[in-house]
Amino acid sequence: MSINPDLPIQFSRTHRLQWEEAQQKNVILYPEGMVELNQSSAEILKLCDGSRTLAQIVSDLETTFNTSGLTNDITAFLEVALQNGWINQN
Amino acid sequence: MAGLTKTKPTPPRWLLAELTYACPLQCPYCSNPLDYSKYQDELNTDDWKRVLNQARKMGAVQLGFSGGEPLTRQDLPELVKHARDLGYYSNLITSGYGLTEEKIIALKEAGLDHIQVSIQASSQELNDHIAGTASFNHKKEVAHLVKKHGYPMVLCVVIHRENIHQMPEILAMAEELGADYLELANTQYYGWAHTNRDQLLPTKEQFEKSEAIAQAFKEQVAGKMKIYYVVPDFYEDRPKACMNGWGTTFLTIAPDGVALPCHSARELPGLGCPSVKDYSIEEIWNESKAFNFFRGTEWMKEPCRSCDEKDKDFGGCHCQAYLLTGDMHNTDPVCSKSPHHDVIQEAIDSAAASALAENEKPLIFRNSKNSKLLS
Repeated sequence: MSINPDLPIQFSRTHRLQWEEAQQKNVILYPEGMVELNQSSAEILKLCDGSRTLAQIVSDLETTFNTSGLTNDITAFLEVALQNGWINQN
Repeated sequence: MAGLTKTKPTPPRWLLAELTYACPLQCPYCSNPLDYSKYQDELNTDDWKRVLNQARKMGAVQLGFSGGEPLTRQDLPELVKHARDLGYYSNLITSGYGLTEEKIIALKEAGLDHIQVSIQASSQELNDHIAGTASFNHKKEVAHLVKKHGYPMVLCVVIHRENIHQMPEILAMAEELGADYLELANTQYYGWAHTNRDQLLPTKEQFEKSEAIAQAFKEQVAGKMKIYYVVPDFYEDRPKACMNGWGTTFLTIAPDGVALPCHSARELPGLGCPSVKDYSIEEIWNESKAFNFFRGTEWMKEPCRSCDEKDKDFGGCHCQAYLLTGDMHNTDPVCSKSPHHDVIQEAIDSAAASALAENEKPLIFRNSKNSKLLS
């Protein structure tokens, strides 16, 4: 299972991404579980809105953070996210 | 020595709201206390809202609506809505009994995130026998409806000697129902399960066979279905890290408002578990004797005290130590280092003898009549 570069990426409808004030962190919530996210992971997932492809997410984040060369890191994280069911592509 | 710790405890993350002890089912492994029929008073809607507010403020985010059967509470949709407004992720832990499509839709609109449906077996006959109520076909229907309305569906099956042989059929049923998660919960021997242990505890061979089948299935469905496997601790060498450490993560509120560090802690003597009618969640969590009792490692006796694994399993389960050795400060006897470890083998032998007996004692079902008899 890997990211299809041609399809948009969507955050899972059966998970919830949310800012936790008490933890000062974004978290993913799902049945009986929670994953705490670091800031960069959360920024990537927030762009998985069903309209952007991998290349567009990379490009948007590189623009936002005024940097380049993020492709490998973002791809690697999204592969993990896909395997965990946090995102999907259909 | 038990007592107050000086450092500030970590805040609660999980709140288990046991809304009621009322339940139309009679499962003989129920984790509710044997004497649940004594506690008839239930918190009202405003009490529960206050509890939800206070726990959320401290950082609780995962919320389980449980019981008993939480659907028997008429204010469930109102509480679900309140929880959603506060930002909880809410889980409904239900037998499915009494759940209609209309209610499933209403709860979704109120903001419920997920429904966990329990099924007792893969066959109608055994399911209805264990549940003590004809419920099999309705449960399967509910599982379909849960999926239909876009909830993640968790199927929970409690495993014991009466149904362990059905493991292949249970897995096939989970696949057929389209479960997103399957919880295979080997019975934990507290409450009613402790009373019925001779009739419920499988042999080691049965455990190993069913575990191997479940493990192979887990690999087969990877990416489609997640399996939560609750280990059968009687066949382990080391105890479970119970509740992720006492008073570190989990907060249970019983139907009458008593706050518990774990849902079985009501069985432990002398804790003086406080009520949300008398104290705020913050006072209970940070300052009460009960929640501080087993925090840290100061309370430990040998062999835990000098054990290099004490920060990993926190001495195991205090309820198990109490039920099986008579002293909740003892090491969980599941641990092979425990001087009481032989009680585990005795329990296993006793259950095996019971299985072979010509007239095996019948299961004691969880209902008000038996609760009054056993109180």
